[in-house]
Amino acid sequence: MPTDGVNKKRRRFLVATTSVVGAVGAGFVAVPFIKSWKPSARAQAVGAPVQVTLDGLEPGQILKVQWRGQTIGILRRTRETLDLLPEIDADLRDPESQESEQPSFALNEARALKEEYLVVNMHCTHLGCVPQVLPQVGAQPFEENWKGGFFCPCHKSKFDLAGRVYKGVPAPTNLTIPPYSFIDDTTLVIGVNPEGAA
Amino acid sequence: MAKPASNLARRADALWNWVDTRLPVSAFWKATMTGYQAPKNFNFWYYMGSLALLVLVIQILSGIFLTMHYKPSADLAFASVEYIMRDVEWGWFIRYLHSTGASFFFILVYLHMFRSLLYGSHRSPRELVWIFGMLIYLALMAEAFMGYVLPWGQMSYWGAQVIINLFGAIPTIGEPLTEWIRGDFFISDATLNRFFALHVIALPLALLGLVLMHLVALRENGSNNPDGIEIKANKDENGLPVDGIPFHPYYTVKDIFGVAMFLLLFAFILFFWPEAGGLFLEHDNFIPANPLVTPEHIKPVWYFTPYYAILKAVPDKLMGVILMGLSVVVLFFLPWLDRSPVKSIRYKGLWYKIMVGVFAVAFVRLGMLGMSEGTPAQTIEMRVWTFVYFAFFILLYFLSPGGKTKPLPERLTH
Repeated sequence: MPTDGVNKKRRRFLVATTSVVGAVGAGFVAVPFIKSWKPSARAQAVGAPVQVTLDGLEPGQILKVQWRGQTIGILRRTRETLDLLPEIDADLRDPESQESEQPSFALNEARALKEEYLVVNMHCTHLGCVPQVLPQVGAQPFEENWKGGFFCPCHKSKFDLAGRVYKGVPAPTNLTIPPYSFIDDTTLVIGVNPEGAA
Repeated sequence: MAKPASNLARRADALWNWVDTRLPVSAFWKATMTGYQAPKNFNFWYYMGSLALLVLVIQILSGIFLTMHYKPSADLAFASVEYIMRDVEWGWFIRYLHSTGASFFFILVYLHMFRSLLYGSHRSPRELVWIFGMLIYLALMAEAFMGYVLPWGQMSYWGAQVIINLFGAIPTIGEPLTEWIRGDFFISDATLNRFFALHVIALPLALLGLVLMHLVALRENGSNNPDGIEIKANKDENGLPVDGIPFHPYYTVKDIFGVAMFLLLFAFILFFWPEAGGLFLEHDNFIPANPLVTPEHIKPVWYFTPYYAILKAVPDKLMGVILMGLSVVVLFFLPWLDRSPVKSIRYKGLWYKIMVGVFAVAFVRLGMLGMSEGTPAQTIEMRVWTFVYFAFFILLYFLSPGGKTKPLPERLTH
């Protein structure tokens, strides 16, 4: 490239400005491609609340339903298991659920609107697997002194029967409690908070 | 005196000349094959690269034919794979070719990388060969992961769930990022569809480009060798390395022999043991994906399990992900971590032999533990080997400059 009589400063300026304009243009063109990966309008529309009838759910049983693609478990707990909850506190990472996600109405020992029913997002807060429900008290291969709870098969995270995480497992927080409310004694709506609560 | 050429032969010759003066075929062949001098003492370990290239070709070919019958939709994917297996003529063969090829790709790549540890092939001036190789390895991991999602079995689904949620560990942007990758609030049709696109178009293109760069960078300085000395340092009066031999025909013939032996083993697995007892194709993946039921024992395919064990060993989400990422990233720095004055294990002292041996055991053991149920005893063992894994790189950095070495030979040994 001949360089005699060339205004180098001007050439550098032109190269730089052209590059910058080109880069900005490329950046703008990238936006549609990146945005096309976001959940589509159809995916977002499928998120309506789910109604569940609790008739016939016996103590110790769990009912699993899907809400927004998440598995929501409704576990009917017995009085005995509820009484065991405070005894486990010392083994838990966040017994008071201070660092965990739940609607304010579930910020109590049982983590529930009605103590009897635990309504919980079943996905492990570690990497999203669905833990097994092992409500019976007694020795398990992974825990000799098992007081009942959830056990994640993926990375061995343990939760008690209120979905509270044990110490020393990969899951960082308690299982999440979704917004929910009762229409009547045996009908539950997942996705809607009780009136007046948040 | 040669026989007078026939009319046909003369015409073919003329055509060839016509092409060669327009496209530098013979110049390229000479530069990369007949004129390319390779060290004369390549051993068994030097088969892996050309065999990996062969497997890449097998994967592309079998993959093209699989896409002709596969349906990338959450409703149809599982059934279309079963359709390939049962109804498409030779469909089982093409699919097993692809699934067996995937595992063999990793077997070869791991051996290929281990060769570098033995002979210091990643050391100066071949750092970029190693970097491009590592990028190939990363692309291959992404390619394999997305390919494993496509059959939409239980392991596909839950494997994707776990791997995508790894990104969720990143503070603040983690959650939106996972949503962006999935294209939905959970692993769904949108996820499967885009993984299909990446698996059959984007990543194969990237892989081919990276392989090209890997080979161009290799040809620039030529291969290392089991002695780890530069053959170009010792040239004859014609300017050719004394210990060099032309790549073609010497190593093409050697590699063809390797190909034959490899295909024998490959065909045996393909025809008689394609699932490899659940190692190559996991049992749970023969069950259609079910978002409501997590399989009791989730584990990735064998080639990811060493890193998976590191993830499982750490009782903290973010730290686990960071350590797992670090265990791959640290490999990129290998050319600068080994500061020994000699490259090959042959001229390093016992210290290096022990270190490489223990490291290999740690990697294999982590791989085995990554597949395990994860009892408390196994978790402790995972932590020990994770420690050993990282200790290797740290020790290498500090021990290699002063580590005992033997004098290097003038010429290649055998």
